[in-house]
Amino acid sequence: MSSLAIGMVGKALKRNIPLSVQLDLTYRCNERCIHCYLDHNDHGEMTTAEIKDLLDQMADAGVFYLTLSGGEILTRRDFFGILEHARLRTFCIKLKTNGVLIRKLEADRIKTLGVESVQISIYSHRHEVHDAITKRPGSLRRSIEAVRLLREQGLHVIMANVLMSQNVNDYRGVRELAGELGAQFIVDPTITPMMDGDRSILDLNVDEAALQEVFRNEALVGNVEEFCTPPQGADEDALDMLPCSAGHTACYVSPYGDVYPCVQFPLPSGNVRRTKFADIWRDSPQLKEVRSITLRDMPSCSRCIHGGTCTRCPGLAYLEGNMRGPSVQDCEKSYARTGIASENLKSKKAAALTVPILQLVQIQIQGSGPSAPRLSSDVSGSVPEVRVTC
Amino acid sequence: MKPSLFVARSKAIAARGLGPETMVMSATNSTLFTLNEVASVIWRSIDGTTPLWEIVAREVCANYDVALDVALEDAEAVVRGLAQHGILILSEKPIPVAIGSSRADQ
Repeated sequence: MSSLAIGMVGKALKRNIPLSVQLDLTYRCNERCIHCYLDHNDHGEMTTAEIKDLLDQMADAGVFYLTLSGGEILTRRDFFGILEHARLRTFCIKLKTNGVLIRKLEADRIKTLGVESVQISIYSHRHEVHDAITKRPGSLRRSIEAVRLLREQGLHVIMANVLMSQNVNDYRGVRELAGELGAQFIVDPTITPMMDGDRSILDLNVDEAALQEVFRNEALVGNVEEFCTPPQGADEDALDMLPCSAGHTACYVSPYGDVYPCVQFPLPSGNVRRTKFADIWRDSPQLKEVRSITLRDMPSCSRCIHGGTCTRCPGLAYLEGNMRGPSVQDCEKSYARTGIASENLKSKKAAALTVPILQLVQIQIQGSGPSAPRLSSDVSGSVPEVRVTC
Repeated sequence: MKPSLFVARSKAIAARGLGPETMVMSATNSTLFTLNEVASVIWRSIDGTTPLWEIVAREVCANYDVALDVALEDAEAVVRGLAQHGILILSEKPIPVAIGSSRADQ
């Protein structure tokens, strides 16, 4: 981000302006990615008229950066009508798509409508790997063709490579492919929980060794020494830092009109079908609470040596149960970067060490026979369950 | 006498007011500009059909303590700079509305 853009963010923060919004137009999708955090069924998406009205409200509220995402945005038949309206309201428009439905006609229209950038997810340069992740045979071929068509229009295309155990060794190949196509390459090593809180897909996350390798790749992180430098702890200035832009200068709106601080921070903060966007942004108690939190208010993170440099995501922390708490995934990233455990990882390790192998738990047993046990001893883990009658 | 300069906003731009300032970005090369308070006043008045000198006289000289020739010179430098990035269209004749942006978003 340029210093000018950073300056504008600072001014927006002072004026409480939602500079940046991600609007998901739909959760429907023509791919079925194994790591996706969305429910793809349509539970009542906003209509074209509702979305256009929302765009008007957002422009009036000061939104400048508008990211249209999904689901797959081009599965909406009214997509280009929405895009035309967004252009009319002079947003800086960014699109996130899998590109499968982009042909020459669509690429031409995207160019004509002055889109700033198009981000396309590419999981691997190998068809068998990418298509296995999207569960759609031929999807890599279609996505690459979209990148090519958009680049022919001179558009800024970003190839986003989400890393998981299935494609952990392919980021170099994707990066090379991006170079050949003239696209920007970004890599994201974080799989996030489902929006409903289901954490089962976190099993797809890459392991610590792979994360360390990514963080020590100069082509990806720039100056490795600087990126992996040991943390110094949080000074007084750092303690007053805001965690991130979520709820401060940015928010997320779902296809159903629900407003959240961020797409990764599913704290329900209002619905634009019931309340004006500007009123939610200004008055929502949930957004006000998010805005009130600084590093100083986080019991564990404020004491952590990584406090001043951690990329802690408050949304991931919220999904772990406490928006003022740490996020294990970010603690693991800090550890992979620097080799130094966070306060949270240390306390988890200590807790694991102090858990007794055999725990005595009092349980009231139903039953009144003279031989019915009154206490049991529960053993967890792989040790066979043992019940002891006292 | 210099010919009148007519100015219209391009279609492929992003623009939004931020307090008294205006953020403007060219979608063709993602270059971001900020317009100060006076430049923002001119930006909001640009319609393709009003000559720049008239906008400057009406919106700038009437509200700020500045001579027309000085203000006009500054204004021309700003609009020519933005035109180089494809953000504005300049012409010595009025510019049909259809060519420029149809809304004066701030």
